[in-house]
Amino acid sequence: MFAYIARRIVYVIPIVLSVALVCFLLVHITPGDPLVAVLPADASQELAAQLRSAYGFDRPLPVQFGLWLWRAIHGDLGNSIATGRPVLSEVMHAVSNTVMLAIAAAIIGFTLGLLLGLIAGYFRDTWVDKVATSFAIAGVSLPHYWLGMVLVIIFSVQLNWLPAVGAGAGGSGAWAWDWEHLRYLVLPAITTSVIPMGIITRTVRALTGDILSQDFVEALRAKGLRETGVFRHVVKNAAPTALAVMGLQLGYMLGGSILIETVFSWPGSGLLLNSAIFQRDLPLLQGTILVLALFFVLLNLLVDIAQAAIDPRIKRS
Amino acid sequence: MRNEKTKATATAMLLAFALAAGLPAIASAETVLRIGMTAADIPRTLGQPDQGFEGNRFTGLTMYDALTMWDLSSADKASVIIPGLATEWKVDDADKTKWTFKLRSGVTFHDGSAFNADAVVWNVDKVLKQDAPQFDPSQVGVTASRMPTLVSARKIDDMTVELITKEPDSFLPINLSNLFMASPAKWQQFYDKAEGADAKAKSQGAWAAFAKDASGTGPWKMSSFTPRERLELVKNDNYWDKARVPKVDKMVLLPMPEANARTAALLSGQVNWIEAPAPDAVPEIKQRGFVLYSNEEPHVWPWQFSRAEGSPWNDIRVRKAANLCIDREGLRDGLLAGLMVPATGTFEPGHPWRGNPTFQIKYDKPAAQELMQEAGYGPNKKLTVKIQTSASGSGQMLPLPMNEYLQQALAECYFDVQLDVIEWNTLFTNWRRGAKDPSANGANATNVTYAAMDPFFALVRFLQSSMAPPVSNNWGFINNPKFDELVKKARQTFDPAARDAALAELHAASVDDAAFLYVAHDVGPRAMSPKIKGFVQPKSWFVDFSPVRIAP
Repeated sequence: MFAYIARRIVYVIPIVLSVALVCFLLVHITPGDPLVAVLPADASQELAAQLRSAYGFDRPLPVQFGLWLWRAIHGDLGNSIATGRPVLSEVMHAVSNTVMLAIAAAIIGFTLGLLLGLIAGYFRDTWVDKVATSFAIAGVSLPHYWLGMVLVIIFSVQLNWLPAVGAGAGGSGAWAWDWEHLRYLVLPAITTSVIPMGIITRTVRALTGDILSQDFVEALRAKGLRETGVFRHVVKNAAPTALAVMGLQLGYMLGGSILIETVFSWPGSGLLLNSAIFQRDLPLLQGTILVLALFFVLLNLLVDIAQAAIDPRIKRS
Repeated sequence: MRNEKTKATATAMLLAFALAAGLPAIASAETVLRIGMTAADIPRTLGQPDQGFEGNRFTGLTMYDALTMWDLSSADKASVIIPGLATEWKVDDADKTKWTFKLRSGVTFHDGSAFNADAVVWNVDKVLKQDAPQFDPSQVGVTASRMPTLVSARKIDDMTVELITKEPDSFLPINLSNLFMASPAKWQQFYDKAEGADAKAKSQGAWAAFAKDASGTGPWKMSSFTPRERLELVKNDNYWDKARVPKVDKMVLLPMPEANARTAALLSGQVNWIEAPAPDAVPEIKQRGFVLYSNEEPHVWPWQFSRAEGSPWNDIRVRKAANLCIDREGLRDGLLAGLMVPATGTFEPGHPWRGNPTFQIKYDKPAAQELMQEAGYGPNKKLTVKIQTSASGSGQMLPLPMNEYLQQALAECYFDVQLDVIEWNTLFTNWRRGAKDPSANGANATNVTYAAMDPFFALVRFLQSSMAPPVSNNWGFINNPKFDELVKKARQTFDPAARDAALAELHAASVDDAAFLYVAHDVGPRAMSPKIKGFVQPKSWFVDFSPVRIAP
C-alpha cells in the first residue's frame, strides 16, 4: 500500500507542473491587455511602458513563467493587479467559501443520489424506477443557473423565506453556524447539488442493477442470506465506482461554479474566477486556476487511495 | 361610567408607556442604505478607485474629496466643476503652465490629521513622483491618464499649492476632480509598522493596510471592509460642508454583477437600492412600488469611423447619411424600453460644450438615401461596411441587438453592414491599436462606448490628430487641421466661460463633420425602495449620497 501511495504521489508531480505551465500559457495567449484593470485605454504610451515594466510584463514569457513558478513553489502567488491584495489569501478565502458550499451540496446531492440510485436499481423497470430516473434526468438536464434563478424567484422574491444573494448579513467574514447564516447557504447548495445528484443516481442505479444480476448475488440468496445481507454486498461492490464518481463530482464542486456563485453572489472561487477573467487580472487568474487544479489533483489522489483501500484488486493492478 | 373612565385611564397609561418606550427606539433606529452595485468586486478603497466611474462613484467620492468636484445637486442642469478642497485657483499670467490653488481651511482627514498643502503635494507625488516613498504604480494608471498634463506640485504655504503642467492646459481644474486626497499621516502610520525587504515592499504593505482602514476627507468614513463582499461606510459628522453631512447613518455597498441577482435582492428586500436593474424586470419593479430613476449620462454609444486611406467613411456624404438613417426614437421606445437618450452629438442641447452645429442629426431617411445616391450608391450598389463590436461590456448597453437594429436601418439607405463580434476586453484593447492594425480585422468602424465627463475624454482624444494610435484613442486616424486648431485654442483659453465657448466650437465642428455615428446616451437606471427620499439623479456618472434619507 505504501509503495502504491508513493507511486501515485510521484505521478502527481509532472501533472502539477503541466497544469502550472498550461494555466500560465492559457492566460497569456488569450487576447487583451493584462494591465487593463489598472491602465485605461487612453493612457499614454510612456505610462503603459512604465506600468508594463513595474509589473514585469515586459520580460520574455519563459522568464515570467520561471519567476512565477519559483515564487509559487515558495507559497507566493503574487499580488492581484486589480486590488493589490495577495493572491494566495484571496484564493484561500474564496476556496473556503466554495468548500463550504460544495460540502453542503455534496451532503444533499450524494445522499439523494445514493438513495434514488439504490431504489431505482432495486426496483428496476417499475414505476419507482421511472420516478427516480426522472429526477436524475432532470438533475443533469436542467441548466443549474436557471434553476437557481427560479428558486430565488419562488423562495426569495415571492415567499420571502430565504435570502436571494450573499453569504450572511455581515458577509462570509462574519459567518456563524446558526440558522441566520445557514439560510444563505440553502438555495445555492440545492442548486449546486442537482447535477451530482443526477449523475450519482444514474451511476448507482446502473451499478446496482448490474450487481444484482450477477451470479454471486444468486448464490448469496440461495445460501439463505437475508436481503439486508445481500444489500450490504451490493453496496460494497458498488462502492469503489460510486466513490470515484463522487470524488470527481466533489472535485467539480470544489472548483466552484462561476454561474451559480454569480447568480447568488456567493463569494467563492467561481465568483473570484469570473472577476479575474473580466478584469484580465493575470496573477489572480493564474493563482486561482493553479490552486483549484491542485485541489482536483489532490482529491483524485485521495480517491485513488480510498479505492485501493476498499478494493485490493486496484492496488495490485 | 366609572368602568369607561377606568378603561380610558388605562388606555392613556398604556399609550404613554408605549410612547415612552418606543420613542427612544425610533429616535435611535439606525438608518442603513444597502446598495447592490454592478461591480463584481468592491472598487479599490485606497483613494484612487479602479472599475471606472462606478469605482469613483462608490469608493472615491464617498470617502474622499478632490481639489475640484462635480456639482451633483441638479437633475436638470449639466453637471459642472465647482470648488472642492480648493476654494479658488488661477493660472499664472506669465507662465501658463503654473497654477496656484488656494486650499480650504479647517478640513481634517477621518483620522484627525489636517488637510494642507503638504497633503496635496504628497497625493500628487503618490502617482507622479517615482522616487517618493508613497509612489504606487497600481494607482498611476487610473489617475495619471485622467490628468495627462500634470507633472508636479509644490507647496507655497500651508494653504497654497502650485501645480505645474507640461504644457498650457486649461482643462487642469476639470482633470483634478480625479485626484482624491488620501491621508498622508494615516499612511505613514502603516508605513512605519509595515514589514518588507525594502522601501518599495514596505510601501506596498502600507497601501494594502491603508485600503483596509482608509482615511480621506469625504462625507463617508470606512467602518468595515470585507474584500469582494461588502464595504460599510458611516456618515462623517465632521464633514467640512455641513450641508452635505449624510442624512443616513450607514451605507453598505454590495457587489452584485448579475442583473437578475440584483433585481431579486431588491424585490426580496435584501437591499433598498440597486444599480442597473435587469431591463425586462423594470415593469415588475415599478408594479411592486419601487422607484426607477434615470437621467442622461455623459456617455456616448457611437460608431467611430476609420478615416484611414480607402475607408468608405472618408466621404462626408456617407457619414452624414448614416447619421440620418437611424430612427433613434424607435430604438429608445422599442428595444431599450425607454432606457436611452437619442444622441445628436457628444453633448446634447443645454450642455455648455454643445455649441451650435449646423448639421442636425435626426431621422430623415429620404435625405440619407439622397446623400448615398450622390455618393454613388443605391439599391443595386450597396456600400459594404464592417463594424467591430462586442457581445457585452461596460457601458456597451445591448451591443448586439443595437447593432442589429442599425444593420437593418442602414440597409434601407444602401448600406450592407457586416458585424465582427469579438470579446469586450479584446475590443477595448484593439481600440488603442487603431483602424490600421491587423487587430481591426478589416473593420472600418469600431463600436466602443465612451464617457464624456471632461474635454479630454469627450473630444480631444478622438479628434486631435496627434492622439492617433498608439498615443490615444483616435482609432480612426482623424486628421482635421480645424479640429487640431480648435483643440489648441480650447486648451489655451483660461477664462472658464471662454474655454467652454471654445469647446462648444470644437464640438459643433465635430458634429458638422459627422465625425462619429452618434446613436445613444445611457441613462444610468437605478431602482430603489419607495422609502428612499431626497435622491437627485444628476446628468452625471456620479451621484451625491449625502441628501438621501430613508423614511420610516
